[in-house]
Amino acid sequence: MNLMKDRLLLIIFACVVLAAPLIFAPTGAAYPDLLQRFAIYGIFAIGFNILFGLTGYLSFGHAAFLGVGSYSAVWMFKLLSMNIVPALLLSIVIAGVFSLLIGYISLRRSGIYFSILTLALAQMCYNLAYSVLTPLTNGETGLQLRLDDPRILDAAGDAGSLPSTNFFGLEMKEVFWNPTIFGYDLQFNWGYYVCALLLILSFWISIRIFRSPFGLILRAVKTNQTRLNYTGINSRPYTLAAFVISGMFAGLAGGLLATMDPLAGAERMQWTVGGEVVLMVVLGGMGTLSGPVLGAVFIKYFENIFSKINDGVLHGWFAIMPEWIENAMVLIVSPFVGKGWHLTLGALFMIVVIFLPGGLVEGAQKIGAKLSGANKRAAKVGIE
Amino acid sequence: MSKLIMNRRGLLKTGAAVGAGMAMPTILTAASHAGYTNAPTGSTVTLGFNVPQTGAYADEGADELRAYELAVKHLNGQGDGGMMNTFSSKELKGNGILGKEVAFVTGDTQTKSDAARASAQSMIQKDGAVMITGGSSSGVAIAVQGLCQEAGVIFMAGLTHSNDTTGKDKKANGFRHFFNGYMSAAALAPVLAEMYGEDRNAYHLTADYTWGWTQQESIQAATEAKGWNTVANVLTPLTTTDFSSYVAPVLNSGADILVLNHYGGNMINSLTSAVQFGLRDKMVNGKNFEIVVPLYSRLMARGAGENVKGIFGSTNWHWSLQDEGSKAFVQSFGQEYGFPPSQAAHTVYCQTLLYADACERAGTHNPCGVAEALEGFKFSGLGNGDVEYRAEDHQCFKDVLVVKGKENPTSEFDLLEVVQVTPRAQVEYPADHPMFAGGALGSCNAGG
Repeated sequence: MNLMKDRLLLIIFACVVLAAPLIFAPTGAAYPDLLQRFAIYGIFAIGFNILFGLTGYLSFGHAAFLGVGSYSAVWMFKLLSMNIVPALLLSIVIAGVFSLLIGYISLRRSGIYFSILTLALAQMCYNLAYSVLTPLTNGETGLQLRLDDPRILDAAGDAGSLPSTNFFGLEMKEVFWNPTIFGYDLQFNWGYYVCALLLILSFWISIRIFRSPFGLILRAVKTNQTRLNYTGINSRPYTLAAFVISGMFAGLAGGLLATMDPLAGAERMQWTVGGEVVLMVVLGGMGTLSGPVLGAVFIKYFENIFSKINDGVLHGWFAIMPEWIENAMVLIVSPFVGKGWHLTLGALFMIVVIFLPGGLVEGAQKIGAKLSGANKRAAKVGIE
Repeated sequence: MSKLIMNRRGLLKTGAAVGAGMAMPTILTAASHAGYTNAPTGSTVTLGFNVPQTGAYADEGADELRAYELAVKHLNGQGDGGMMNTFSSKELKGNGILGKEVAFVTGDTQTKSDAARASAQSMIQKDGAVMITGGSSSGVAIAVQGLCQEAGVIFMAGLTHSNDTTGKDKKANGFRHFFNGYMSAAALAPVLAEMYGEDRNAYHLTADYTWGWTQQESIQAATEAKGWNTVANVLTPLTTTDFSSYVAPVLNSGADILVLNHYGGNMINSLTSAVQFGLRDKMVNGKNFEIVVPLYSRLMARGAGENVKGIFGSTNWHWSLQDEGSKAFVQSFGQEYGFPPSQAAHTVYCQTLLYADACERAGTHNPCGVAEALEGFKFSGLGNGDVEYRAEDHQCFKDVLVVKGKENPTSEFDLLEVVQVTPRAQVEYPADHPMFAGGALGSCNAGG
């Protein structure tokens, strides 16, 4: 029964992800760069949810693994090849090593002390990347590709321009199909589909972990770690494993960011990025399977679409109204869009946390239950 | 075990929410694939204005945006035409660019390379921008310049003063009107040596990123050539707001000059801190302690208030200049917004006109055609005298202003006085100068 439901969930998820360029067209978000960001931060949030959603350990340090993943990938592009496979493998491995190290130290404590330890260690990584390790990270400017990089596996290409990242010849940024459907100009590109397949794979791994005995122990850690210890189970290897797994997901996400745009900057390791992934998971619904992806999409949508709405766009929206109403509407709305997008996001976040502790997933289920006229019992099952 | 399993309905709704839950009025513009990236097909041509609206350089960003909007107005034939009337090239008719009306999109770089690239990328992929311009931080400008090169659009750099933008990180699709650290140093060092003597000990506080590094390097080289000694160079993170821990050690270092390689909010805070510590009242080595801010702007001078009086620096342009171009620009900006423009506003306004003019002269929006039209282009009438866009590194060469904080300002905008207009010949350098070596323009990329 569970297996059936999981399969159905995976299939629906896969369909939505694969059809995203079409689904998002009416929202103005269906351009390759943003769709890839959706998928990549979805992977990041799925990984984070394995630690935070299951064990309840709140890490503020996952930005460090994202950054390490990006740096590893860019170095692979510089030294070895523009093929994304070695780059992604190295980012996962290096992020795994980093998370083993940071996890081993931080997991000696739990609760707020754990959070602060991860935050401090991640901040250390950020400062190292920002200034001390400048030869390795190029400091604030960020690590970039150069024309004279060795790239020992690649054949010498056009001398005047940088090669682009590719998956065995498929260029990541290439739009392979550009149809017009329902009046929308759609762009299907390889980069998104690489990210999309990895997102589906991550989602599947996440389902498997949620359903496994390993996942059960992680949930036991969240429920009552002391009791778990008294039953004779040493929980630390389990939490450390969860930490490393989520760190590797973050590394994969970081590597993918670099495949999309071969530049790695220190700001990717800043604590704000680590805080953002916490927001994504909480907003979407922590401990749920699809919540983190939903949260990631939501926040990235705000960051990229809402922040672009300037006064000119607003005037366009309200142009049908009489001029004084138009001006008044623009005056009222403008503080909440454009550069004020943080304000709207903050308000929404508060509303979600106060009224929908289960995140957007809970909201969707409540609405679903209301719409279909189902009784309260069904809604309750959904929330669980 | 079944705690977190969703029922089928819940999951269908979740799926639906992913797609439809956030239905927003669409602001999608059709992209086209005719020969080069975002070739404009309709009656408009879209430019992307990518400036910091939040962070340490937000003031500069806001002023840049004002100038961009003014430039678009002038290009579309509204307003008084501003510097279009004084510009030596007469191709611009006020009917847009190549007969297409100029539209624009804006974005927030947050003074972060990542955010800036995401924002520029969305302008290129979603809004169909054929040119990206902006940046108030060299790190960001370099990152976005790299992106534009790969995407095949023109990048007209805004406020970026690092040597690297047209040095080791130069790109064939990128162009810079603003001056750079080397030029500041070449203009400033003789004035400093004359004012403060040739046996000075300088202590540098430097913003820890590409701009700070190259400016510090340039100033150190130029002042040491005049006989100065460099005591120390301390790097400060861009996000620093409290500089007291950096200023305190200066007192006992034996230095008698403090060079603040800071800009925007950084400079306001570090200068205020230095003045509060009483550095300017000190006598060290029998000489009066002095502070120098190599890159100055009016917005910073206003932020730092009283503290800027008598402090030397350099600037790309100042609104009090009396040539025809500057007067026309100040008048038209003042009419629109009620106050004079900053140097950031001036440089981005010029960049927009220069881009439009290059399109007209090339007869196309194709980035390779535009780049060819800009390379080696000589012009005047944009407020900096005779200017040349050098073909080898896409850097503009023009006169540099050495300025000083005014002792008796007459208004809140009249804060700087021009001490010297350093002629272009004095700040020029060969394209293969060691401070600019290590990069290559590559070849122009038109995308497709």
